[in-house]
Amino acid sequence: MNAKKKKRLFENIIHAIFLVLGLLTVGFVLLISVYLVISGIPAIREIGIADFLFGKTWASTAAEPKYGILPFILTSIYGTAGAILVGVPVGFFTAVYLAKFAPVKIKKFMEAIVGILAGIPSVVYGLVGMLVLVPGIRSLLNVPDGASLLAAIIVLAIMILPSIIKVSMTSLEAVPPEYEDASLALGATPEETYFRVSVPAAKSGIAAAVVLGVGRAIGEAMAVMMVAGNVANMPSLLQSVRFLTTAVASEMSYSEGLQRQALFSIALVLFFFIMLINAALNFFLKRDKEK
Amino acid sequence: MLKKKLSKKRKTYIAAVRALMLISTAVTCTVAAFVVIYVIVKGVPNISWQLLSTAPSYLADTIGILPDILNTLYIVLATLVLILPLGVGAAIYLTEYATNKKIVAAIEYAAETLSGIPSIIYGLVGMLVFCEFFGMGTTLLAGAMTLVIMNLPTIMRTTQESLKTVPQSYREGAFGLGAGKWRVIRTVVLPGCVDGVVTGCILTVGRILGESAALLYTAGFAHALNGIIEGLGRSGATLTVALYVYAKEQGEFEIAFAIASILLLLTFLINLAAAMTAKFFKRRTAQ
Repeated sequence: MNAKKKKRLFENIIHAIFLVLGLLTVGFVLLISVYLVISGIPAIREIGIADFLFGKTWASTAAEPKYGILPFILTSIYGTAGAILVGVPVGFFTAVYLAKFAPVKIKKFMEAIVGILAGIPSVVYGLVGMLVLVPGIRSLLNVPDGASLLAAIIVLAIMILPSIIKVSMTSLEAVPPEYEDASLALGATPEETYFRVSVPAAKSGIAAAVVLGVGRAIGEAMAVMMVAGNVANMPSLLQSVRFLTTAVASEMSYSEGLQRQALFSIALVLFFFIMLINAALNFFLKRDKEK
Repeated sequence: MLKKKLSKKRKTYIAAVRALMLISTAVTCTVAAFVVIYVIVKGVPNISWQLLSTAPSYLADTIGILPDILNTLYIVLATLVLILPLGVGAAIYLTEYATNKKIVAAIEYAAETLSGIPSIIYGLVGMLVFCEFFGMGTTLLAGAMTLVIMNLPTIMRTTQESLKTVPQSYREGAFGLGAGKWRVIRTVVLPGCVDGVVTGCILTVGRILGESAALLYTAGFAHALNGIIEGLGRSGATLTVALYVYAKEQGEFEIAFAIASILLLLTFLINLAAAMTAKFFKRRTAQ
């Protein structure tokens, strides 16, 4: 009897340990949220939420410092939108080709290529962008400095390609073949079938791929830091700009006082965007699963 | 015959989408080939034995990346040691213990949220929590702990996938023989999820190799030569961080490209290792 009790106690302890381990992720998410909110709120209070979010000048080291992050917010939005505009069409058509048309050998080869693109560290993209794109833009478009929003958009578009291709391919491949067979049997050509039957059937998954790309692009810091020039201008395609992520990263090492707190507030704004994107992603993934 | 009957409109549509698909695929392929070839052509000639085997010296005015290689190795080891029990434990809880659907949903939602958070935010929170709140300072260990939080969902997911493939009948057989739950997990379930754990580790190593934003402010960017124990307690740059510092702060592009080509090579190896383990375990389960 006693041994049985002991055994039960032992099993309960083990169960409790695993429960704690299981809840770790929840704990980490709470930890991150709480820390960001606690350290991000004071500066927003001091500066005033309207001045902080909609102020057009960021001059954190000036004698009379100004902390307006509208340039960063807009740059992040424009930069992400640009990357999506360039990256999604390329990724989408590549995904349809690979999922539906490509011969097995080409498909295998391209999957390896996409795997490599996904594995290249972001600083390597930044380095290549710094030495190829930036001088290229300068001499092609005749601007004083090639480090610009345009360079960042191109680098981000390349960086989101692999996730867009992979996720779209997975959802295109999951389309029931009956749909396609029916369309083919009715006389539609393969091109018409795959673009007008399979793509609409996979649209939740493709939407999820786009949202995933948005999340990647808005959260990327190092590569953007290396090619965007990092000056707190209002966004314009050929000017040096600063993103939300790079605003945090570029001043972190030497900031203090209100400036440092303002950086945490920027991180909080970025986190808020990411949470919205996550919610959208979850919505599309769930809809994809339900079908 | 059939093609002739197609209307002009349909023919243009077909030609257009075909062209778009081929152009897109060609663009993807060209971009990848360009980046890889450019980095290798610019980087490999700069790799020398002296670069790989020494620390940077101001006296001799030479740059060596041995400390960065070692730091990368230390941080990978420390992260894996810390993350394995946590990630595997969490996966075991989800597949073996959890009965409350709400808890499972909360854990899975949290894991998805974690994998969507950008690394710069991990860096910031890691700095606040580990370096400042716990007073660890800018050290490799603080960097490794930040990476643990970041990669936990990966290990959890791959382990969970492979736990699902352990047949329910094995567990029932063990229970039927009178084994307790813990014994079943230890002797039946855990050996069955080795493949998931290995895959998770490979993916995690790949992500650590590429990580820079999360490490810049948690692990710092010193280039001192240390042993593993003292090294973990000090600040140090991994290869990726060193690449960033050399390229952006110091303008040493030759060194940066040499590191970039080493990183690319490691990425190839990681991709290859992932593919090979997948094949290896597939064959084993097929038998």
